[in-house]
Amino acid sequence: MSDTLFAGVRLLDPATNLDTHGDLLVRDGCVADLGGGLGRPDGADLVEAEGAILCPGLVDIRADLGEPGHEYRETIASAAQAAAAGGITTLVALPDSRPAIDDPALVRLLRARGEETGSLTILPYAALTKGCRGEEMAELGLLAEAGAVAFTDGAHAVASAKLMRLALSYARGFGKRIVVHAEEPTLAAGGAATEGALATRLGLPGIPAVAEAMIVARDVRLARLTGGAVHFAHVSTAEALALIRRAKEEGLAVTCDAAPPYFDLNERAIGDFRTYAKLSPPLRREEDRLAVVAALADGTIDAIASDHQPRDADDKRLPFAQAAPGGAGLATLLAVTLAQVHAGTIGLMAALELLTARPARLLGIEAGRLAKGETADLCLFHPERAWQVESGELPGKAQNTPWDGRALEGRVLGTWKAGRRVFGP
Amino acid sequence: MRYTQKHLLAIEGLHPPEIASLLDLAENYVLLNRSGKTQRDLLRGRTLINLFFEDSTRTRTSFELAGKRLGADVINMSVSTSSVNKGETLLDTAATLNAMNCDLLVARHAESGAPNLLAQKVEAAVINAGDGTHEHPTQALLDALTIRRRCGRLESLTVAICGDVLHSRVARSNIHLLTTMGSRVRVVGPPTLMPAEVADLGVSVFHDMARGLAGADVVMMLRLQRERMAGGLVPSAREYFRFFGLDAEKLRHARPDAIIMHPGPMNRGVEIDSEVADDPERSVIREQVEMGVAVRMAVLDTLSKWTGRNV
Repeated sequence: MSDTLFAGVRLLDPATNLDTHGDLLVRDGCVADLGGGLGRPDGADLVEAEGAILCPGLVDIRADLGEPGHEYRETIASAAQAAAAGGITTLVALPDSRPAIDDPALVRLLRARGEETGSLTILPYAALTKGCRGEEMAELGLLAEAGAVAFTDGAHAVASAKLMRLALSYARGFGKRIVVHAEEPTLAAGGAATEGALATRLGLPGIPAVAEAMIVARDVRLARLTGGAVHFAHVSTAEALALIRRAKEEGLAVTCDAAPPYFDLNERAIGDFRTYAKLSPPLRREEDRLAVVAALADGTIDAIASDHQPRDADDKRLPFAQAAPGGAGLATLLAVTLAQVHAGTIGLMAALELLTARPARLLGIEAGRLAKGETADLCLFHPERAWQVESGELPGKAQNTPWDGRALEGRVLGTWKAGRRVFGP
Repeated sequence: MRYTQKHLLAIEGLHPPEIASLLDLAENYVLLNRSGKTQRDLLRGRTLINLFFEDSTRTRTSFELAGKRLGADVINMSVSTSSVNKGETLLDTAATLNAMNCDLLVARHAESGAPNLLAQKVEAAVINAGDGTHEHPTQALLDALTIRRRCGRLESLTVAICGDVLHSRVARSNIHLLTTMGSRVRVVGPPTLMPAEVADLGVSVFHDMARGLAGADVVMMLRLQRERMAGGLVPSAREYFRFFGLDAEKLRHARPDAIIMHPGPMNRGVEIDSEVADDPERSVIREQVEMGVAVRMAVLDTLSKWTGRNV
């Protein structure tokens, strides 16, 4: 592989607090040098991009890959394509597939399939309970040994407080986190939108917003009781964030992430029964969206994850209540996050940290750093370049974006995996 | 200081000289048993009742043999707990035993504290042969005798007690005995099998066998009952064996001369690998059984002397 020299770009690395105009040289898949005025070695590819930023490849800690079991929605190959277009080089995959990732052999398989793509490191979450059925704890030790980074039942909270207690306690013995979709399952059952005036006007069955805070409150207390570590995924309500903030102040091993829909959109996005905006948890009121934005800014939120949930047209071309929830999110992850930077609610460095170093540190992933000797997983983007999201034109298979038709500022120009260009001209 | 209490209900609260005196006496019985002789005049005319509300073969047999070697009249009573109200049965049984002029009562019960209740109601000296998840004092004494004979002392040793501490009366009695005698006790196992605030008993807690066994003089394995898996405390037998089952690889972390103990019956391939269970040099599991008879003879001997109902 020939060397690559990035010349005259803005180097931005939250892990090392680097923000400088300069060059970066890639050799043998690693960052060989970075700084000002690096010479171009013979035969090195030159990448020049006026006004562009070079940062570590993004680390996305929550995505459904479709595979195994729902290959009509997305495959590992198509997801890898969408991830590369989104600047993502490391991705943590959800385990509630068919079959569920509840066997060590499946964890190894997913990791190997990621390596086969050549563009995306796939690190699996393993199932917390056998078959993600919420009944019996899975073989957490063997799954961790096979390479699971944490445990979760994906799109469902564990209904039984007793099982959750045991699982938090047991997982602590292996130093692993439990990732929670915080939604009280009996309150959420049958619901299609957040309960409130809008759902009432549309005649949609509602899920009360407190369904989230209830599970957060329960699991924070169980984390305190067991000494276990819990991570709340795609937190979407002010009340849940307040509970998480308090738990962090108390010093508990409690963390959380946000997904772009919950800081960029509110329940109005479902408008005239737009099923692409039917998500799980459902989009919330504006006050809740603002609370997520505030939590991004004050550091309560530890990571931004795409929460990519591929669905095909048949999953979505249904009456709203019957349509499958979930939105595609890989290709839009960076640009929707940058919208907060452009709006001035969060700094560029802090935003990128939530997409690289913080999620990597959270799950103990060796990625998300731009330093000499590190693997050259890189994302080159232009922070202001405008583009329009169009369902049907997105990279990868899944087209179910909740931002269909939206104009965004900030575009990925190129992605490199271990020094090899995997996206861009 | 001799052991001067009427009953033996628990190790907790005993003083080092009391424990040492029982072990010293037991040493004599080891020699006696090995010589093939008996002392049938010691408890001649005394009645020993083995009152077992919970199934047991080893402990009951061990007490039976101990009693017979000392010349007592030994009667085994197995009482089913399934059909009747337990509290009532226990007190009814106590009244029956008093009427029989029982001298020594060996009691096992699935409920913690049941022998204490019996001791309040019967005239006999009560020996706790295991109550619920509370204590199993003669097991701890026989373990201590085994350790003392092998390691030459009971103080300043590092003892790793591994496995299902949560449900183990053997673990609790051993923790009390070994910490009382001045050894360092570690408990090792998954957090789901650790009792709440177990460190309060004076032990250090480990969830990793390599670290828990590092430098240990004694490795004491506990039995993992199958129902713990059905109860969701452990996901599977293969996972348990991989992380918490004692095999040659994990044993490497202990001292090279560390001894291996197990109260029996063993689940081979679950908490212990046959290779280490049957290690002729380091496994003392069969020796524990031999020590069991001697220790129980010492306990029966001691309690019969101090109950005041001398024949």
